[in-house]
Amino acid sequence: MQRDPVTGTFSGNRGLQIEEPLIFEQDAPGRTGVDLPEPPQVKSRLGGIERKGAIGLPGLSEPQVVRHYTRLSQKNYAIDTGLYPLGSCTMKHNPRLNEKMVRLPGLADLHPLQPVKTVQGALELIDQLAHWLKTLTGMPAVALSPGAGAHGELCGIMAIRAAHEAKGEGHRKRILVPESAHGTNPATAAGVGYAVDPIPANERGRVDLAAFKAKLGADVAGIMITNPNTCGLFENDIMEIAEAIHGVGAYFYGDGANFNAIVGRVRPGDLGVDCMHINLHKTFSTPHGGGGPGAGPVVLSAALAPFAPLPYVVHGPNGFDLVERNDHALASGQAFGRLKSFHGQMGMFVRAVAYMMSHGGDGLRQVANDAVLNANYLMASLKDEMTPAFEGPCMHEALFDDDFLKNTDVSTLDIAKAMIDEGYHPMTMYFPLVVHGALLIEPTETESKDSLDQFIAVMRGLARRAKSGDTAYFHAAPTLTPRRRLDETAAARKPVLRWKPSPITGEAAE
Amino acid sequence: MSTVKFTEEHEWIKVEGDTGTVGITPYAQEQLGDVVYVELPAVGKQVEKGKEMAVVESVKAASEVYAPVSGAIVAVNDKLAGEPATVNAEPMAGGWFVKIKLSKPDELNGLMDQAAYDKYVKGLH
Amino acid sequence: MRYLPLTDADRRTMLAKIGVPSVDSLFRDVPERARFGKIDLPDHLGELEVERAISAMAAKNLGTGRAPSFLGAGAYRHHVPSSVDHLIQRGEFLTSYTPYQPEVTQGTLEYLFEFQTQVALIADMDVANASMYDGATATAEAVMMANRVTRRSKAVLSGGLHPHYREIVATHAHFGGFTAEFLPPDPQGQESLLDRIDNQTSCVVVQNPGFFGHLRDYAALAQACQKAGALLIVAVAEIVSLGAVKPPGAMGADIVAAEGQSLGNALGFGGPYVGLFATREKYVRQMPGRLVGQTVDTDGRRGWVLTLSTREQHIRREKATSNICTNSGLCALAFTIHLTILGEAGFTRLADLNHATAVRLAERLSSVKGVEVVNDTFFNEFTVRLPKPATSVIDALADRGILGGVPVSRLYPKESALADLLLLAATETNTDADIDALVRALKEVL
Repeated sequence: MQRDPVTGTFSGNRGLQIEEPLIFEQDAPGRTGVDLPEPPQVKSRLGGIERKGAIGLPGLSEPQVVRHYTRLSQKNYAIDTGLYPLGSCTMKHNPRLNEKMVRLPGLADLHPLQPVKTVQGALELIDQLAHWLKTLTGMPAVALSPGAGAHGELCGIMAIRAAHEAKGEGHRKRILVPESAHGTNPATAAGVGYAVDPIPANERGRVDLAAFKAKLGADVAGIMITNPNTCGLFENDIMEIAEAIHGVGAYFYGDGANFNAIVGRVRPGDLGVDCMHINLHKTFSTPHGGGGPGAGPVVLSAALAPFAPLPYVVHGPNGFDLVERNDHALASGQAFGRLKSFHGQMGMFVRAVAYMMSHGGDGLRQVANDAVLNANYLMASLKDEMTPAFEGPCMHEALFDDDFLKNTDVSTLDIAKAMIDEGYHPMTMYFPLVVHGALLIEPTETESKDSLDQFIAVMRGLARRAKSGDTAYFHAAPTLTPRRRLDETAAARKPVLRWKPSPITGEAAE
Repeated sequence: MSTVKFTEEHEWIKVEGDTGTVGITPYAQEQLGDVVYVELPAVGKQVEKGKEMAVVESVKAASEVYAPVSGAIVAVNDKLAGEPATVNAEPMAGGWFVKIKLSKPDELNGLMDQAAYDKYVKGLH
Repeated sequence: MRYLPLTDADRRTMLAKIGVPSVDSLFRDVPERARFGKIDLPDHLGELEVERAISAMAAKNLGTGRAPSFLGAGAYRHHVPSSVDHLIQRGEFLTSYTPYQPEVTQGTLEYLFEFQTQVALIADMDVANASMYDGATATAEAVMMANRVTRRSKAVLSGGLHPHYREIVATHAHFGGFTAEFLPPDPQGQESLLDRIDNQTSCVVVQNPGFFGHLRDYAALAQACQKAGALLIVAVAEIVSLGAVKPPGAMGADIVAAEGQSLGNALGFGGPYVGLFATREKYVRQMPGRLVGQTVDTDGRRGWVLTLSTREQHIRREKATSNICTNSGLCALAFTIHLTILGEAGFTRLADLNHATAVRLAERLSSVKGVEVVNDTFFNEFTVRLPKPATSVIDALADRGILGGVPVSRLYPKESALADLLLLAATETNTDADIDALVRALKEVL
C-alpha cells in the first residue's frame, strides 16, 4: 500500500483528522440502516403514476452512518469548540437546556393544524415569547412568523409598505439605507419594490446626519438602521433621526442584529423604532446549526401593528386562539398576508423562552453589560498592535481596519487564515464596507476572561509577526487544518454541485 | 483607423467605422480578481450610454458593466461562457464583451483617451 | 448566572484596563431619555424551575405521540431513527456557524454536498441548493426565479397547491410587482391548466401529490409550458412520496420546490422545517439560496466550498437573486442523515408502507356510513366527504382523544362548498389499532 503524499500515512489520515469519503462512495445495493416491516399487499391507488427505475441513493448500515457523520463533525469548528470572534453574529453559548425543552412530548409532537383547543399550552408559550420580546423592546406588538432575520426584514418592510398603501401614500418609493448596512437590507428593500438610497457615514462611523437630512422628502417610505450599527457603535443621533423620519410621514425600520449590546438596558421602542426584527439565533441563543434554521420575529409599533402578517396568537373568549385569516373576529383585518407556512419557527420559540426564563430580566441586562465589557476589553488590549477604525468606546463589537498592515504584504484575509492554524475561527472580515480591510470582532458575554486573554495574546502575536515581515507564513496559512486554502475560483467557474458516478467505471468520480 | 476610448467605470471601447468593441480594462480585471462568469445581453438589445449592459462576476464581487455609448448589440463574445478567465488574461483583446453599433457617435467625444484614463487610474489610489 | 463566566473581580480588572470607572460609562452614547432602569420581567431561574414552567405548558397539549393521529396537510408524522437526533446534537453540528471558512467547516460542506445530491436524485433534477426555510417559501422563490428566467411576470397557480403556499406567493406578488392567477380549490383533482398558459405566462405551479391528495402526471403540462416559453414548477409537500411516485423531473418539471419535514424533522407545531429546491443545469445561476460546490485545496485534495455566492445578498445587495441569508442547516442535516440511514431500499419501502397504510385506511373508511372517499388516486393522504361540517366532527373526535385529520375549512375558511371535506393522512406510524379507534369514534360522532 502506498503512503499518502500529503500526510505520509498509509490511510491518508493524520491522527484524529480522519478522511471520510462521501456516502455515495460507500454504497452496497440493498443495504439499509433501518428495519422496516414488509408492506402488506394492497390494491395500489397510485393510478400508475409510479417511479420507474432506481433513484440512486446509497445503502449504509447504522454503524457506518454514525461513523460517517461523527467524522464529518470532527472537521467543524463550533462554539462548543472555541471562541468565534464574528462581528454581528453574536456567537454565544447555546444552552443544552434549550435542546431538552424543545424535545418534550407535548411540544415536539404537536401538529400545527390540530384543533386549537388541543394546543393551548403551545399557544401559551408563543404568547410568553411575545410578552418577553414586547417588554424588552417597549413595543406593543410582535409578528412571530418570519423564519430568519432576513425574512423578518422582509416582514418589516412589507408592513411599512402596507401601512403607506392603507393611507393612500403608495407613491413613496425610496428607502434610506446607511452604506454600512448589512447586504440583506438593500436586498430586502429592492424585493419589496423600493429604490435604495444610501446614506454615507461620518468620520465617527455613524450616520452622517446632514447627509441624511438632505435626502428627506415626501417620497421617502422609510429608513433602515442597525443600532448599534455595523461598526459596533451606538448611533448617538438616533432619536433625532427617528423624529425627522416621522416628520416626513415615513417609518423607521430597525435591524436588530446587534440587540445583544443593549438588551435589558435600552428599549428600541423608546428610540422611535416602528418595527425591528430580532434574530433569536443571535441575542437569544438559538443554535446556528451550521447555517440555520433561525427565526426573525418583528416587534411593531402601534402604527404598524394592524398590518402584521398572518397568523398570530390572541387571547380569545375560550383561551388562546390563532388568527389565520383577516376576517377572524379578533383580527385587525389588515394583515398584509402570509409569509411562512404554519405558525413560525416554534422550535426556536421554545429554545428562546427557555433562554429568557433562565436569564430573567436581571440576567439579560447583565448579558448586555458583559457583552459590551468584553468587546471593550478586547479593543483596549489590541489597539496598540492593531488599528481601531474609530475613536472612543465601542459597544458589543470592536472594529479594526487594516491600517496596521499597511507596510506589510499581509492582508486581512491572510490574518484570518493564520488565525485558523492558531485554533480560532476568523472574525468578520471586509464588513462593514465603509472601513478598509475591516476586522470586526464580537466576543459575546459567554466568553470568560481567560478565553479573552488567550485570544488577545494570539492576535497580538499575529499582528507582530505580520509586521515583522514573515509574509510567507501568512500566505501559506492554514497548514494544520483538514483542508488548506480551497480553490474558490475553480468552484465558481466549473460548478460541481452534486456527486455523479464516473461514466466509465461506475465508481465515484474524483 | 480605430480609436480606443475609456470610461470612468473602467470600460474600453474600440471603434471601427460605426461599430465599437467593448470590454473592461486591465485595472478593472485586477480589482475584480479571477473572473468566474460573465452575463452578457442578447444580440439585438438596445443599450443606452451609462446604463447597465452586462455583469461580470468574480468569486468575491459582481460588478455592473455599463454601456460606454448608446446603440444596438450586434455581437457578444460567446467564448466567455466557457472560458471566463480570458477576461483576466486578455482584457483588451480576447476578453471583449460585446460589439455595439453606435447610434450616437458624438458620445465618443465625452470619453477619455489612453493618456487621460491612465492618469485617472493613478489618481484613484 | 450559569451562562455568564465573568466574575466581579474579572469585571473590575477589565474596567481598569479599559480605563473607565464602570460599565455604565461604556453606554454613554445612549441618550439619557432612552436609558432604561429595571425591565419588568421575572428574575433568572435555575434549570429545574425552567423545566417545570415549560413542562407545565407542554402538559396542556394533546400531542400526536399520545393519540391516534391522521393529520397531514403539509406536515407529516413519521418515525425518525434514534441516531438522527443524537448526531444532529453533536456540538460541532449544532453550534457551528455558516461554512464561510471552508478550511474549518468541511464537515458541514460535505454533508450539504451529499444533501444536494440526494435532493437532486429523489426529485430527478440536475441540481439542488443547500435548502431553504420551508416548502412554501421555496415555492415562492421558485416563482420569482421563473419571472427572472423568462423575463415575464404572470404566474398561474393550481387549485391543488397547498393554500399556505398560495398565500405566500400572493404576498410576494403584491409586494414584488408581479401577477399571480389562482385557480379555485380543486378537491376532485380534475382542473385543467393547459388553457391557462399563454406567451405572457412565466410559470405554472402545481403540487404532486396535490393538497387534496390526488396524483397526476404532469408531462403534458410540462410540454405545453415549454412550448409557450413558461416554466413548470412542481411543489411536493410530502417528500416520502418520492419513494414511490413518479418524480417531477421525470415529468419535465423545470423547478421543484418541496417540503423536507417528513424526513428527520419532528412536527414541532409547524417549524423549523426545511425547504428543498432543485432545478435544471441551465438555470443554476438564477437559483436562490446557498450552494455548495466541489473543488480542491492547495495540496490537491478534494474539498467543498460555498459557491456562486455572487448571486447572494452579501455581495449583490440590491441586485441579489433574493434577500436570503441562511439555509435551514440543522434541519437539512437531519433530513440527509435520515435519508442516508434509509438508503434506496429503506426509502422505497417506507413509501410503500405509507401507501399501504393509507389504502387500508381508505378501505375501512369507505365502510363507514356517510363517509365518502373522494380520491381515485392518492399516496398517503386523501380527502373524504362527511355528512356534516368537518370541523365539528374533528372537534368531537378530539374530545375522544383522536386527532382525526385536517378539515379543509381550516385552510379554506370562506369556501362553504368545502366545509364538509376532511383531509386524512396515514403513515408508517399508524397502526391497525389507530384505524380501528378512528372508525369506532367516527361511527359514534357522525
